[in-house]
Amino acid sequence: MAKRIDVSGLNAYYGAHKAIDDISMTIEPRSVTAFIGPSGCGKSTFLRTLNRMHEVTPGGRVEGKVLLDDENLYGAGVDPVAVRRTVGMVFQRPNPFPTMSIFDNVAAGLRLNGKYRKSELKDIVERSLKGANLWNEVKDRLNKPGSGLSGGQQQRLCIARAIAVEPQVLLMDEPCSALDPISTLAIEDLIGELKERFTIVIVTHNMQQAARVSDRTAFFNLAAVGKPGKLIEIDETERIFSNPSVQATEDYISGRFG
Amino acid sequence: MDYSTSPLSETPPPPPAAASVSGRTVRPGDRIFLGLSRGSGVALLVIMAAIAAFLTYRSVLAISGDKSNFFTTLDWNATGTEPKFGIAVLAFGTVVSSVIAMAIAVPVAVGIALFISHYAPRKLASPLGYVIDLLAAVPSIVYGLWGALFLVPHLSGLYGWLDDYLGWTGIFSYSNGAARSLFTVGILLAIMILPIVTSVSREVFLQVPRMHEEAALALGATRWEVIRMSVLPFGRSGVISASMLGLGRALGETMAVATVLSPSFLISASLLDPGGGTFAQNIASKFSEADTFGQDALIASGLVLFVITLLVNGAARLIIARRKEYSGASS
Repeated sequence: MAKRIDVSGLNAYYGAHKAIDDISMTIEPRSVTAFIGPSGCGKSTFLRTLNRMHEVTPGGRVEGKVLLDDENLYGAGVDPVAVRRTVGMVFQRPNPFPTMSIFDNVAAGLRLNGKYRKSELKDIVERSLKGANLWNEVKDRLNKPGSGLSGGQQQRLCIARAIAVEPQVLLMDEPCSALDPISTLAIEDLIGELKERFTIVIVTHNMQQAARVSDRTAFFNLAAVGKPGKLIEIDETERIFSNPSVQATEDYISGRFG
Repeated sequence: MDYSTSPLSETPPPPPAAASVSGRTVRPGDRIFLGLSRGSGVALLVIMAAIAAFLTYRSVLAISGDKSNFFTTLDWNATGTEPKFGIAVLAFGTVVSSVIAMAIAVPVAVGIALFISHYAPRKLASPLGYVIDLLAAVPSIVYGLWGALFLVPHLSGLYGWLDDYLGWTGIFSYSNGAARSLFTVGILLAIMILPIVTSVSREVFLQVPRMHEEAALALGATRWEVIRMSVLPFGRSGVISASMLGLGRALGETMAVATVLSPSFLISASLLDPGGGTFAQNIASKFSEADTFGQDALIASGLVLFVITLLVNGAARLIIARRKEYSGASS
């Protein structure tokens, strides 16, 4: 179910601008890896290279290797559409399909992937909504539009939609930054449950959040505005927040810059 | 401010208007703008009311002088002591030609708009959009001339083909003759409304929020699936509005129809039979020779066209409002 990600020598560009420079790291399966760093350090860009979403941005281009277990996502003949079916993504702002009901939102990915019988579809939707801790709140209004839910519920709906297709990896791009503290807590609890089944990578601006939810933390930084972002270090979350091996990491987490 | 010339005035005096905070600050500009905008609003209502009153008054004169049923009569004879005229042929011709135009133009326009907004490389997209907009700049009489001189003689082949394969339906039966039918008018109208439907749809498709498209992409949607899941639902109401704009033009088109159609007061089952008429075409071709009563009769037909257009627009608004809670604008 969950796979290891091995990144080596990855560069990403927006047109002529180099956004991230020569990143290599390993992301363990069935764990939560958090990316932290100042704005513009390329952590979101790097996250989007992991399911080939970076290249849908006009001018977006990637060099290097991303191995999912042993398969290079950027190898010749790899279909980005198939990659995105294996590596799911949750975005910063909740983005349920506004014209679809709650049920159809969760079923959307399944319907893309093939034919399901109605009863099968119902089971998977229920299981996914339960997996996203949303079932009890929406089970009586599955046919209502997803855009009628609160922000936190919408974000959990998006998580349910992402896990319904049983991806290997779940990428989360600041999933709580548009949410209130209580909804944030609900999502964080959910992340703790989901890591039993999925490899989770989360970008966050909130260092307490990284400390709370992640097993390993990667710190990104950039030399100056307009320079490409770099990976400074990646280590056990505990070590990053207590005794990091690079001075810049310590400066950042103790609030001395950034 | 040039500090060098006034070294002493370090703290400028407060502006006089702000001396007291009681009362409302009204400057001449506010008064002028208020008067202008209020005047325009009132003028619009007055003009609308005047047009409605004029149309209704003259129409009542005409309909009460009509010696036969105004809605069902298949003739237009608004002179003499026994005037007999009715709008049946005109209503049929107007609606049928516009429906044909919509059936052809809307799918093509949506296709072009999607191609420009989501498929074409940027280098191709903007010239293509420009060419489409250029089509809108062609005067309708030019379309009419092109229709009469090029389209009509070249359509008999298509007509024969339609008759061979679909003639059994009755709608597409065709015996030789000039292709000056409602079907040809529909094709011509389709070309004429294509630009407006295309450019409005294109604008709507370009406004689809990035995050809706990325939601589909991240689930592993192909380009067409992104369009089906995110772009079309979001653009739906916009496409309906665009179609209504086009339909409005098709319903009211005058010169192009008058140039292509050979008018007659007959309703024939086959769309390919020459003849028929539309409201606007009938008014244009009869107005100059009509006496006062004849003009009243034409005005009455114009009022009916106005009502039809109003109904169509109302229906479109209903369609848009019915699924408002699902509309993309809410989030």
